[in-house]
Amino acid sequence: MENPILHALFGRLTFDAFPIHEPILVATFIVVALGGAATLGAITYYRLWGYLWSEWFTSVDHKRIGVMYLALGFIMLLRGFADALMMRLQQALAFNGSQGYLPAHHFDQVFTAHGVIMIFFVAMPFVTGLMNFVVPLQIGARDVSFPFLNNFSFWMTAAGAVTVMLSLFVGEFARTGWLAFPPLSESAYSPDVGVDYYIWGLQVAGLGTLLSGVNLVATIVKMRAPGMTMMRMPIFTWTALCTNILIVAAFPVLTAVLAMLSLDRYLGTDFFTNDFGGNPMMYVNLIWIWGHPEVYILILPLFGVFSEVTATFSGKRLFGYTSMVYATVVITILSYLVWLHHFFTMGSGASVNSFFGITTMVISIPTGAKMFNWLFTMYHGRIRFELPMMWTIAFMLTFVIGGMTGVLLAVPPADFVLHNSLFLVAHFHNVIISGVVFGSFAGIAYWFPKAFGFKLDPFWGKLSFWFWVVGFYFAFMPLYVLGLMGVTRRMRVFDDPSLQIWFVIAAVGAGMIAIGIACSLIQIVVSIRNREALADLTGDPWDARTLEWSTSSPPPSYNFAFTPIVYDTDAWQDMKERGYVRPISGFKPIHLPKNTGVGVILGVLSVIFAFAMVWWIWWLAALSFASMLATAIAHTFNYHRNFHLAADVVARTEGERTRLLLQRS
Amino acid sequence: MTDAHLDHEASHATETSIHATLSGYLTGFALSIALTAIPFWLVMRGGLDNKQATALVVVGFAFVQIVVHMLYFLHMDAKSEGGWTLMALIFTLVLLAIALSGTLWVMYHLDVNMMPGMQNMIHKP
Amino acid sequence: MTLAETRPAEAAQTPVFYDLDEHDHPEGGSTLLGFWIYLMSDCLIFAMLFAAYGVLGHNYAAGPAPRDLFELPLVAVNTSMLLLSSITYGFAMIAMQGRRVRLTQFWLAVTALFGASFVGIELHEFGGMIGEGATPQRSAFLSSFFALVGTHGLHVTAGLIWLATLFVQVGKYGLIEANKRRIMCLSMFWHFLDVIWIGVFTFVYLLGALR
Repeated sequence: MENPILHALFGRLTFDAFPIHEPILVATFIVVALGGAATLGAITYYRLWGYLWSEWFTSVDHKRIGVMYLALGFIMLLRGFADALMMRLQQALAFNGSQGYLPAHHFDQVFTAHGVIMIFFVAMPFVTGLMNFVVPLQIGARDVSFPFLNNFSFWMTAAGAVTVMLSLFVGEFARTGWLAFPPLSESAYSPDVGVDYYIWGLQVAGLGTLLSGVNLVATIVKMRAPGMTMMRMPIFTWTALCTNILIVAAFPVLTAVLAMLSLDRYLGTDFFTNDFGGNPMMYVNLIWIWGHPEVYILILPLFGVFSEVTATFSGKRLFGYTSMVYATVVITILSYLVWLHHFFTMGSGASVNSFFGITTMVISIPTGAKMFNWLFTMYHGRIRFELPMMWTIAFMLTFVIGGMTGVLLAVPPADFVLHNSLFLVAHFHNVIISGVVFGSFAGIAYWFPKAFGFKLDPFWGKLSFWFWVVGFYFAFMPLYVLGLMGVTRRMRVFDDPSLQIWFVIAAVGAGMIAIGIACSLIQIVVSIRNREALADLTGDPWDARTLEWSTSSPPPSYNFAFTPIVYDTDAWQDMKERGYVRPISGFKPIHLPKNTGVGVILGVLSVIFAFAMVWWIWWLAALSFASMLATAIAHTFNYHRNFHLAADVVARTEGERTRLLLQRS
Repeated sequence: MTDAHLDHEASHATETSIHATLSGYLTGFALSIALTAIPFWLVMRGGLDNKQATALVVVGFAFVQIVVHMLYFLHMDAKSEGGWTLMALIFTLVLLAIALSGTLWVMYHLDVNMMPGMQNMIHKP
Repeated sequence: MTLAETRPAEAAQTPVFYDLDEHDHPEGGSTLLGFWIYLMSDCLIFAMLFAAYGVLGHNYAAGPAPRDLFELPLVAVNTSMLLLSSITYGFAMIAMQGRRVRLTQFWLAVTALFGASFVGIELHEFGGMIGEGATPQRSAFLSSFFALVGTHGLHVTAGLIWLATLFVQVGKYGLIEANKRRIMCLSMFWHFLDVIWIGVFTFVYLLGALR
């Protein structure tokens, strides 16, 4: 261990880093290894590597990248949810002197990993994936502004996820909670690699998120179809614009704060230490300047999804489009004025607390306005209770409860009682699950036929829906009760046996959600098997209103053979009402970006770099960083990034669609 | 890889280009020199009698110089990219003001409330 | 986007719903705006470092204070290096507009020279401070000082790498549209760094020396 050569070669990575003495992790590893081997084996057996590489991994097509984001989110959801189940089980068991089954060291990693993974690698990929897939189609564009950057962003997000997953089997993850507050996260109290995995996982993924934000803002500003003025943009595109503005304005803050924390840990500086003038509360302050906008980064696009779904399945124009746009913009700006409500109890005076308390309450006004807009859209509508609409209604009922407990927490004196209690945990799961998770599921069910050409099976979808929704109430309503009784979060064992029943109910709820997740996995398999029966040949299976439904399902690589011209907010509805004529000849060659493997290479290199930094393998870190730089510079010498799709290829693709449309009518 | 072909491929991409002029750059440069030299000179000769006034003057010069750079070097105007660059800048400045002033306010309050006894020490070198 | 800004009055008549005579979108039409948005995000990184300096910059932990460390004449020289590199970059832009390849390259090289001397002087300054025991580990003031000024220096270094790359690319492929776009992006980057430096020399050095 003290061998200097080994130390130079492997840094602080030793055999002890592999958790062979922890049975839970060994079992997990075996399951993951078997599952991974089976997947890789199947891919090899069916000779899919070439297909995956050339059609997906290296693709710069925003639709493919969007689907890859969603797949990443779904895989990580399984990991994050496994963590949740473990916590629920531990807390339901650890009473009456029982220590439960998770040692403290492990339990602390589990709740940290759960938060980090759910926010950064489930919710963010879901949101980014939906925006990536939908926005260019909705604005009548052929791709995003910077297609290669889009691919690169995805692989950086995936690299961050891989880095965090590596910590499961090599070393350990942070034991600090999902925001890694110092001084606990400083090297004095967390000398091991956990926080370093956290830092580098988030830095790598954060860069991807930031660049994808820049990309989508530029896309929405510059690439809209002719006639689509700002106030004719579909509402989902509006929310996506605001979200990406927030990403561009918030993620640099996270980058800077984590960089300062890593300087503290790697160089021994004194930003957030207890001594030499450092100030841990500064970290808390700065990270919430990112953290609060992040909440709205997650929820705003889903507000857009709900708006699209409500309008489509009510068969009506969205009520109060203008007020919806203004509410979104107001939320965007207000989200920067509320960050202190996350630490009312830190000890600032009444003026600070009341300012931030009031701004927090104010932000519920535009959100409430949105709620009424959705209700009025449904009012007098001919509502079709398809799966996306069901998720939307579940959202509206559940989110209002979460919103009200949020306003309650915005009152500083109440917050002093409820801070860091399970009431808070219940509150933010209430808004995030009903908003982000239900919203993503609504969006996935809504746009799945657009992406793949067939609908999702409704039976298994409804089963999943009911298990999720009922399971949610079982899992989190007890936490409200417990929080009001004063139980704090992140506890591993409990002394008071009268609390146990509530934790058991919550565990039952988590089990129901597990069944819900299983149902949605089955739903995907069943849908693929029944794809002929579920097929969508028209491209417009829901009789929807926006431009993405005017092209085929799945859309061709160029999205639109001819760019549509827009006269109305609901452009596609307008086209249908006024008898548009689909052109069937006169196709021209289309300018498209070429696929490239550079994004994958950079992603792999950044995993190596992150790993080397975590384990202090300095030569490898330097080498991988230099390789990244060289790859990036070499890429700038490639000036031939586009090609023309020949007119006869376009004509053939469009001819096929014409045939399908005729066949159906 | 012929250059002629490359050039042709993007020959109509010029609409967004910046139109820089020599006189613009030179004006900006001259103003910048003045706006840098004066505050340096002011501080290096020991400042005005009143420290606060000196600080205000120095900061004032900095703000003017930032505007000069924006206008003459970064070619900011309300028209480029349909006003989006200016809008992005203004939005960023608003957030910057919120984050900076908010942080200073919040952290100052924390110091005052949590370490009342150390107030005198904090501002002493 | 001039096409049909308003809805045609005679709705009975079917309007044109597809752009049948469309030309390729010019490549890189979004690049300058996209890069500007990226710069705005970079600006917020600096804002956070300024915020850290603003809050922690008084915490000397009984160590050295700005007055003991900062040499204003050196900072003045350094500032003039950056300012000179700004105007030489401006000359490169003018040369680029005049489609003069060699002259553009010349001014890019001169800019790089000034930029490199800026980084050199800064490293010299840092070296001197560290030699006196004023290391980033000494106090929160020094941590935040080194982080802020060092991040700016790292950006200038990145700009130097970019300058070198562009120098080669302009030499190899000439002033094609793609290269012009890159020169304009780097121009924004370079002048943006100058703007940040105004904040640094004012808030860190000048106000520091006044304390």
